[in-house]
Amino acid sequence: MSEETPAPLWEVFIRSKRGLSHNHVGSLHAPDAEMALRNARDVYTRRMEGVSIWVVPSAVITASSPDEKDSFFDPAADKPYRHPTFYSIPKEVQQL
Amino acid sequence: MTLVVAGAAAVYTLRIADDCLVLSHRLAQWSSWAPALEDDLALTNIALDLLGQARGMYARIAELDGTGRSEDDYAFLRGERAFVNCQLVEQENRDFATTMVRQLLCSTYQLAQWQALTASTDEQVAAVATKAVKETAYHRDLATDWTLRLGDGTDESHHRMEHALAALWPFTAELFESDAVTREVAALGVGPDPGDLRPEWDAYITRVLGDATLTAPEVSWRPTGGRQGLHTEAFGYMLAEMQHVHRSFPGVTW
Repeated sequence: MSEETPAPLWEVFIRSKRGLSHNHVGSLHAPDAEMALRNARDVYTRRMEGVSIWVVPSAVITASSPDEKDSFFDPAADKPYRHPTFYSIPKEVQQL
Repeated sequence: MTLVVAGAAAVYTLRIADDCLVLSHRLAQWSSWAPALEDDLALTNIALDLLGQARGMYARIAELDGTGRSEDDYAFLRGERAFVNCQLVEQENRDFATTMVRQLLCSTYQLAQWQALTASTDEQVAAVATKAVKETAYHRDLATDWTLRLGDGTDESHHRMEHALAALWPFTAELFESDAVTREVAALGVGPDPGDLRPEWDAYITRVLGDATLTAPEVSWRPTGGRQGLHTEAFGYMLAEMQHVHRSFPGVTW
């Protein structure tokens, strides 16, 4: 099979339990969305990692460029007041 | 060593367990050889499900036959003639098409079987069946998906699927054979008579093959004997590979 064009790449997102958001866990190859979902189940949820899976074609993701790292992210470095550190968080809140 | 089990319920349960174990090992042989990493994991996931089902059944058989033997005794210390799996599950993997056709034929049968076994009067068997139904539904789903893709795919994949069907179809007749054992357990409510699973299997397989632009071959050759311990040539080699570590180093663990 190695001489053939590999199937398109998909990014896999898994929600580990109800109430949490989907997290990126990795990627895989599959010819279409249905098979990508099936493969994601077999590759990434073998140890009960999830209750929900998203698969997204890697090609449709627009990513920031490493070249823009300075202008994108450095301006936030000296603005600690954006962190809501002055709120006290109730003990009961498990996930925020 | 030949290990023979006594009693209709034990024999019946052993047939189911051996089907699971042998098919599990066949799928495990794909490990690191599948066309892609994703398929490698899919096949070995199914293998592990089947192994778990086999273990649950062996544990029950040890109680039914009153010997208290371990799962390892059944898996590793029986000779070929003491295995009562059907011949379909022992057929070689050959190519991916053959493996998927075998899986479709087997999983469709096993799903119907497990569904019926959830109502077993044997509570332990019913408990294993309840878990196995979900697992096997996924196995059948995956095999169905691949059958549709490969059957209705390229000329090459279609040809390979037809070839696989021709090779494996004769072995399906054995799945539905009834004998004194199956009639007795059916009367006791332990499990279904295999013959009763046929209509559901026929309906599903006919539909999937039709959708996949495949046709079931007309065959007059219907090999049988697996339930009596008679197996095809390939099975001996598979068993030797599966058992040799345990037999070479008795009691070894790691």
